[in-house]
Amino acid sequence: MAKDLVNTLADLKEKEALGIVQERLSAGEDPLRILDDARRGVEIVGKRFSDEEYFIPDLVYSGEILKQITDMVKPKLTKAAEVKRLGKVIVGTVAGDIHDIGKDIVVFMLDVNGFEVFDLGIDVPVQKFVDKIKETGSGVVGLSGFLTLAFQSMKDTVGAIEKAGLRNEVKIMIGGGQIDDQVRSFTGADAYGKDAMDAVKLAKGWIGG
Amino acid sequence: MTADEKQEAQFQKLLSPKLPDGKDLPFQSPEAEANYKAAITRIKDAIQLKKTPDRVPVTILPSMFPFTHAGMTVQEAMYDYDRCALAFKKFILEFKPDMHIGAAAPGPGKFFEILDYKLYSWPGHGVAPEHSYQCNEGEYMKAEEYDLLLMDPSFFFRNFYLPRVFGALQGFQMLPPLTGILEMYGVAFNFIPYALPPVQATYKALFEAGAEALKWAMVMGGSNGELASLGFPNILGGFTKAPFDTIGDTLRGTKGIIMDMYRQPDKLLQALEAITPIMIGMGLGAAQQTGNPLIFIPLHKGADSFLSDAQFKKFYWPTLKQVMLGLIEGGCIPFPALEGHWGSRLKVIQDIPKGKTVWMVDQTDMVKAKETLGKNACLIGNVSSSMLNLGTPDDVKAYCKKLIDTAGKGGGFIMGNGAFFDEAKPENVKAMSDFTKEYGVYK
Repeated sequence: MAKDLVNTLADLKEKEALGIVQERLSAGEDPLRILDDARRGVEIVGKRFSDEEYFIPDLVYSGEILKQITDMVKPKLTKAAEVKRLGKVIVGTVAGDIHDIGKDIVVFMLDVNGFEVFDLGIDVPVQKFVDKIKETGSGVVGLSGFLTLAFQSMKDTVGAIEKAGLRNEVKIMIGGGQIDDQVRSFTGADAYGKDAMDAVKLAKGWIGG
Repeated sequence: MTADEKQEAQFQKLLSPKLPDGKDLPFQSPEAEANYKAAITRIKDAIQLKKTPDRVPVTILPSMFPFTHAGMTVQEAMYDYDRCALAFKKFILEFKPDMHIGAAAPGPGKFFEILDYKLYSWPGHGVAPEHSYQCNEGEYMKAEEYDLLLMDPSFFFRNFYLPRVFGALQGFQMLPPLTGILEMYGVAFNFIPYALPPVQATYKALFEAGAEALKWAMVMGGSNGELASLGFPNILGGFTKAPFDTIGDTLRGTKGIIMDMYRQPDKLLQALEAITPIMIGMGLGAAQQTGNPLIFIPLHKGADSFLSDAQFKKFYWPTLKQVMLGLIEGGCIPFPALEGHWGSRLKVIQDIPKGKTVWMVDQTDMVKAKETLGKNACLIGNVSSSMLNLGTPDDVKAYCKKLIDTAGKGGGFIMGNGAFFDEAKPENVKAMSDFTKEYGVYK
C-alpha cells in the first residue's frame, strides 16, 4: 500500500497502477476512494495535455488504464457511485458525419473532469439534440464534426435549438479537424475548441464554476 | 541513371504525352498544347527549386466538390461513371488549374457493393446520398497478430485482413499459403480448397469486381486523356502511405496503435520496418502503371498533437523518410499531405533531398513552413476549407496574395487548397485560381 495511485496513473505506469488498485482492493479499502484517486490521476493527465507535456496517445492510454481500474473496482461497489457532478453536457457528432475518435476523447475528458456527459453518438439528427436538452436540462452542448458537411449540420443543429426556444438555456461549443472561428461564426455556436481540454475549459467556464 | 536523371526523364515523358497504344496524344488545339506544356514546365520548376517558374502554378485538390458543384449527389458520382467524368471535365474547364488529380475520388460504387466493403460507409450504404464516404475505424488487425503480419504480410492480408474488410472475400480464410506449393508430391493438396463453395464464391466476386473496376478505370483513363488533350495535365501517379498510418489507420486503428506504442513498442517498430519496402513498392508500382511521377502520401497520425516529439521521431518519421527516399530513388516525386497542424514537425521533416518532393499543407503556418521545409521542398496550399466554404472572394484573394508574397517568394510554391473538400462556394474557388494567375506572375 501507500503507493501513490494518483501519480502512478498520471505517469501512465499501467502495470504498477493496476497492481496498486489490486492491493488496495485486497486490503478492503473503500472502492469509491480508489476510483476517485484514479479519476484525479487522469485529471493530471489532462493538465499535462494542456501544458503540451502530454499528447493524444497519452490521453487515450490513460483512458484505457482508467477503464481497467473501473472494471476491477465495479464488482466491489456496494452502492451506486454518488459522484458530485459539475454539470450536464450533451455531446454528439452532427448529422451526416460518422467520425467518433475526437468526440470520444472529448466525452472522456469531460467525464473525468467531473461533468455528467450524455454521448449521443455519431450522425446525430438535430431533433435528438433538442430532445436531449429538454430531457436533461443540460447547460452545455458540444457538437463534433470532421467533414466540411458538418459546417451546415452544426448550423442546422444550432438553428433547431433556437427554434425550440432553448438557445438561451444552453451554451454551444463546436470542434473538429476543419473547425475555426469562421465556422463558429457561421454556425452560430458560442465557442469552438481545438482539443478535448479546450472543451473542458469552456464547459467549466460556463457551468462548472 | 541517377535519381536526378530519372526524375528529369519522368518530366520529359510528361511533356510528350502518349495514348495507351503508344502514339502521341493529339491535342485539340495548338493553344491546348501550349497550355499543357507550360503547366508541366511551371510545376516542374516549382518542384525542382532550380529556377523560378513563370508564375505560381495553381492546383485544386477537391474530394467531392466537382460533383456536388455539378448538381450531382455523391451517390450519383459513384454509380454513374460517365456523368462523374463529365462533371469533372466541367469542373476543370471552369476553374482551369495547372494540375489536377483526376476524377477518381468517388470511386466505383458498384465495385464496393460486389465486394461488400465494410471498411467504409458510402452513400446508400450507411451515409446519405449527398454525403461523402467515411471510414469505419476498427481493429481489423488484432493486438496479438503482429507476428502473423511480420512472418508473411501477404498471407496475413489475404487470410485475415481482407475477409474482415470485404464481406465477399470470406473464402480467402480457407486458403493455404502459396509458399507450400513446392514439388510434385503433395502439390495437389494445396489446391483442394479451391473446390470449396465459399472459396469459389469469393473468386466469382473477385472476377465481377475486377470487371467493374476495369469498366470504371476505362472511363477515368478516357477522362484524363481528354483533359490532357484540352491542355490540363493530371500528373498524379498513385498513392502510398507512411508506414505508421498504414498500421494505425486501417489495420490496428487509432486506439490500437496507441496501445501498441506503450504495450508492445518493439513489435510495432518491427512491423513498421517490415512494411516500409512494401509501401515503397506500392508507390513505384502505381507510378509505373500510370506513367505519372507524383505519389500522394496522406499523412494523418504524425500531426502536432497526435504524437509527442519523441514518439514522432521514434515511430513516425524514420520509416516515412525511408519511403520517400525509396520513391525518390525510383524517380518518383513524393507528394505528402500534412493534414491538420504540423508546425512542431517542420524542423524534423525538412531533412529531405532538395527539389524532390511536393507537400500539401493544410493548417500549418505557411511562413514557418517556407522557412524550414520550404528550403528543400515545394509547398502546396493552404487556402482553408472554412474560407473556401464560408468566406468571400475578397477574403480568398487577400489570403492568396499573402501566400504568394511569402510562401511564393522565389518559387517552390503551388497555390491550392489545404484540405480535400466537398463543399465550397464556386466563386471562392474561382477567385483562388484567377487571382493567382494574375498576381502570381514572377517578374
